[in-house]
Amino acid sequence: MMSRSVTRKLLGSIRGVSTSARLNCPGAPASAPAAQRGRELIKSRELEKDELRPLYMDFQATTPMDPRVLDAMLPYQVNYYGNPHSRTHAYGWESETAMEKARKQVADLIGADPREIVFTSGATESNNMSIKGVARFYKARKKHVITTQTEHKCVLDSCRVLESEGFDVTYMPVKSNGLIDLQQLVETIRPDTSLVSVMTVNNEIGVKQPIKEIGTICRSKNVFFHTDAAQAVGKIPINVSELKVDLMSISGHKIYGPKGVGALFVRRRPRVRIEPLQSGGGQERGLRSGTVPTPLAVGLGAACELAQQEMEQVFLLGGKTCKAKLTKQKLFICYDHARVSMLATRLVQKIMTEIPDVVMNGDPDQRYPGCINLSFAYVEGESLLMALKDVALSSGSACTSASLEPSYVLRAIGTDEDLAHSSIRFGIGRFTTEEEVDYTAEKCIQQVRRLREMSPLWEMVQEGIDLKSIKWTQH
Amino acid sequence: MALSSVGKCFSSFGLFGRTLTGTEAKAVCCYHKKVVDHYENPRNVGSLDKNARNVGTGLVGAPACGDVMKLQIQVDENGKIVDARFKTFGCGSAIASSSLATEWVKGKSVDEALKIKNTEIAKELCLPPVKLHCSMLAEDAIKAALADYRLKQKDEEKVAEAVN
Repeated sequence: MMSRSVTRKLLGSIRGVSTSARLNCPGAPASAPAAQRGRELIKSRELEKDELRPLYMDFQATTPMDPRVLDAMLPYQVNYYGNPHSRTHAYGWESETAMEKARKQVADLIGADPREIVFTSGATESNNMSIKGVARFYKARKKHVITTQTEHKCVLDSCRVLESEGFDVTYMPVKSNGLIDLQQLVETIRPDTSLVSVMTVNNEIGVKQPIKEIGTICRSKNVFFHTDAAQAVGKIPINVSELKVDLMSISGHKIYGPKGVGALFVRRRPRVRIEPLQSGGGQERGLRSGTVPTPLAVGLGAACELAQQEMEQVFLLGGKTCKAKLTKQKLFICYDHARVSMLATRLVQKIMTEIPDVVMNGDPDQRYPGCINLSFAYVEGESLLMALKDVALSSGSACTSASLEPSYVLRAIGTDEDLAHSSIRFGIGRFTTEEEVDYTAEKCIQQVRRLREMSPLWEMVQEGIDLKSIKWTQH
Repeated sequence: MALSSVGKCFSSFGLFGRTLTGTEAKAVCCYHKKVVDHYENPRNVGSLDKNARNVGTGLVGAPACGDVMKLQIQVDENGKIVDARFKTFGCGSAIASSSLATEWVKGKSVDEALKIKNTEIAKELCLPPVKLHCSMLAEDAIKAALADYRLKQKDEEKVAEAVN
């Protein structure tokens, strides 16, 4: 149904991309007609009939949208499509009502007031807004910002930009279990510190920082506290008043919501002032101008409401759902957190009992169970990922990052460099089944054994050689 | 984040490994089928007796860099390489490079094997620029194995002279 010129342009651009990415290899088809090649390219990316997709075990990267969220969003894509900021007609009013309802759903999940929620394009934008916004607003008298070495890249990069603007940024180190030292934080806070930014749950190793204690420290020292809660919201209970958090970033596509939307919690009492990043018509209380994408906001709201329900749903044996406390009758507790913990324990125990020399990175207790980072000694991470090709996983290995540097988070927790090259991150989520976990564990055990047979380091260790005593050819 | 984007790439890799045929219809970050082939069916994995007088062992790389290759060659009396084995701690491209290296040195003389260049290995496997260091390490491994063999032969000669 596309016009011919559009089709030609589309195929032409695909061809353009593939030609530049193509290596100069022998046997390249020299003169296939352009449109034919374009069609081949498109076809090669489609699934063959009956082709099996890999198991998805990378829930920290992104999550599939919950079908109930999609149901909530669809009417706002095609029927109630008005701009929520249009004041003069029913299309605008109904869109605005939906947007405000979504705002309330997000606020309820974190224990905030709906007026404190700002919709953004994602956690990256929320992080940028809070860090740059707070720092720049208070720059007349406060020039110091504190963050940690294990933060997400968007936080670290925002801090780097602030440094180039003349701010002082302290990147606090973390202990070997991934948690920050509270005493060190107290000593690092200066009279001219405006902001402390510490993420709630780390996306690579899954450790949960002591947010409540950090919040108390910051409140006592009159410093604003921002937390990147993208991986934590909807998975662990969060109440911004209990945790004494002033700014919180939320990401839609980490909680089974749509991609391209997020939110920022900005406290009103005591008021946090931000210099806005995006200028325009003054939407979202002037903090983030731009039309709020109603379908995406509705999706985020629905995802938050579902997360709240699923975090604490209790079934009585017999089928009726209620939120009753444990009574004399047996209750089968079936909420997200318990299920994810059970699956995670299953996976880790299976792997660690069958193969030796496996290290779990990050604190074993203060963590979100759905994010497991394991280092398999003497086996390189990328080769293991290649072996587990029918499971979608992620690695902290250098080879899988564009720069050949191993993950900075693993380096910050002091992992040995060779173990940092051997790490794999398993993500478990709402839709993971026991069969998937069992299959992943089996396959992992099998492939680690095979790769260790191929590894000179394993051979040397079996012979009793201490690897640290060898002088390697490269540093 | 790099991790997440690569994670997404790897999820589609499972499809690419099975669906693609000879054409180069793939994005830069996914593997060429030759690399996958060497990885799934590596030739000559194993060890030779490193104390034998006609076996040269080359161990290059460092665990801290994520790449360690051990390449062993067995040479007969005429100076021809009759057997080669490898073991590698490294990514798929590193395993493929060392596997290919063992294939190529077999049947060559000690001097001919010295002429194998990393560019040839990279071209054969269609390695992307970010993986070229794997082929360099494979070339270093070959050279190290040959140097070790030469050293052993020199020691043998010295011992033989001393006895005489």
